[in-house]
Amino acid sequence: MSAVEALDLGRTFRTQSGLLRRSRERVEAVRGVSFTIEPGELYGLLGPNGAGKTTTIKMLITLLLPSSGSARVLGHDVVDDVREVRRRIGYVFGGDRGLYERLSALDNLRYFSELYGVPPREQKARIGSLLELVGLTGREKERVEGYSRGMRQRLHIARGLLHDPDVLFLDEPSIGIDPVGARELRATIGSLRDQGKTVLLTTHYMFEADELCDRIAVIRAGEIVAEGTPSQLKERVGDGRVVEIETYGVPPGTVDTLGALPGVRSVAVEERGQQQVLIVSVEADAEVTQAVLGRLGDVRVGRVAAREPTLEDAYVALVTGS
Amino acid sequence: MKDRVAALLHQQAVCYRLQLKVLSTSAFEGFLAVLFPLMFATAALLVYRIDGDPESMQYAGLGAAIMGMWTCQGVVASSLLSRERWAGTLELLVAAPTSLTRILVPMTMAMSTIGLYSVVATIAWERWVFDIRLEIDNWFLFVVSVLMAAVTLATVGFFLSVTAIRYRTSWALGAALEYPGWLLCGFVIPVSLLPDWVQPLSWAIPTTWAMDAIRASANGGSPWADLAVCAATGAVYAVAAAYLGRRLVDSARRHATLALT
Repeated sequence: MSAVEALDLGRTFRTQSGLLRRSRERVEAVRGVSFTIEPGELYGLLGPNGAGKTTTIKMLITLLLPSSGSARVLGHDVVDDVREVRRRIGYVFGGDRGLYERLSALDNLRYFSELYGVPPREQKARIGSLLELVGLTGREKERVEGYSRGMRQRLHIARGLLHDPDVLFLDEPSIGIDPVGARELRATIGSLRDQGKTVLLTTHYMFEADELCDRIAVIRAGEIVAEGTPSQLKERVGDGRVVEIETYGVPPGTVDTLGALPGVRSVAVEERGQQQVLIVSVEADAEVTQAVLGRLGDVRVGRVAAREPTLEDAYVALVTGS
Repeated sequence: MKDRVAALLHQQAVCYRLQLKVLSTSAFEGFLAVLFPLMFATAALLVYRIDGDPESMQYAGLGAAIMGMWTCQGVVASSLLSRERWAGTLELLVAAPTSLTRILVPMTMAMSTIGLYSVVATIAWERWVFDIRLEIDNWFLFVVSVLMAAVTLATVGFFLSVTAIRYRTSWALGAALEYPGWLLCGFVIPVSLLPDWVQPLSWAIPTTWAMDAIRASANGGSPWADLAVCAATGAVYAVAAAYLGRRLVDSARRHATLALT
């Protein structure tokens, strides 16, 4: 039995705008998403903002009803068997919210222990070991309002693990955390896999997905556009190269112009302070540097470099639809 | 079975204690919770003092004490789940395997405790500032009636608060009921003075019956009939809130309103 199965899962939202003349729109946030996650697997769901990652997770954790399709968690239907699903899963989301600021970490964990049915006799030991796991031992009696974002995030993870769930859903847990905090968080997430937990992780950070995930699905505009191990996804652009060109003041429309050149697979622009770095993914045997520079015309150009593609390049190629 | 009951009681006791901690650890909100009931009681007592009639002062003194409870409990309770929504904890509460009723009962009971505090504070204020010594014929029945007022007002708050699961601005409902409630529940004027068509609204609120029971126990009458009706109407609110809560959670899952702030 798979830990998580989504079959043709879809979710449509209705939005309204206007005060006097109200216009209604239907937005398809998730369109027929299908995937399975095996027990003990760490599965990544990657996609840009608004791609449908959180909506997919919320359907799986029973907070949203699917508009179409079906999903099962540990064999339990997320629509009909809500209570059993909730008993077996943990949910952690990123950001500052989701904790009682005026309570200590210990009180937050006590409160959620009660709500998630942890037997009173086991609570003390369980909370103690989780505080140890997330590195908050010694700070547990402080009020959460004084915690850094990284500490809050680790407390979130401890909360999500209180009832020892079989499946854990982590929705962008490292968002807004500094590099040191993010590294600690990755170590914590990695240790969950070592404990045999099934984890569904959504993230924007490629290196995080590359380091942690057994398999990754890339979601774009509500649809899964690629699925596989990090190596398999890299191989999609593996037979090509990436040319990075530092520029100053790229005019609008350049991306489309460069994208139309023969041998160019995709073009993305990354803002780095005053610079715009053009990331041009090209076919292995294509020599496009001169053609690209020619199309840039009078635009001031800095360093030009070629390198091997990374998972991030594969991701950019997938989400830009090239 | 015994273990399950013990676990349930443990859960309710721990959640009550922690919710009370959440509600009582803000110095600013604590200050307002002290100030508001006393301010309203002062206004009511200054109006009644013009008459110089001790019976009127007794009437107003008792009403003003419960008026504070209505304000700081019934009204604030309607925003309980809105607070959870703003804190980002509402989704976590709904996603918990525990039923929403079992989550909300300790929350509203914690609010009741704050309400009871306001009764004690107002009675002390009346004695200290207005030199009103409330004549209580039967203290036991008086305390029972006040406790019944607190518990049943919690059920009204529970009823109002569940609407916040689906409707983000429903906390305003509680605020809108604050002043009409003073009139409808007979805190400072008898319900019999209200227009005939309004009186059924008063009877539908358990606090009206609790207020009658409090006056009866203070004045030497029997509060039991009023307490029985109070308990029955309070139970109706509790059952309706539990049912409505389930329906509104389903509706919120359909309309995706849980995460909205």
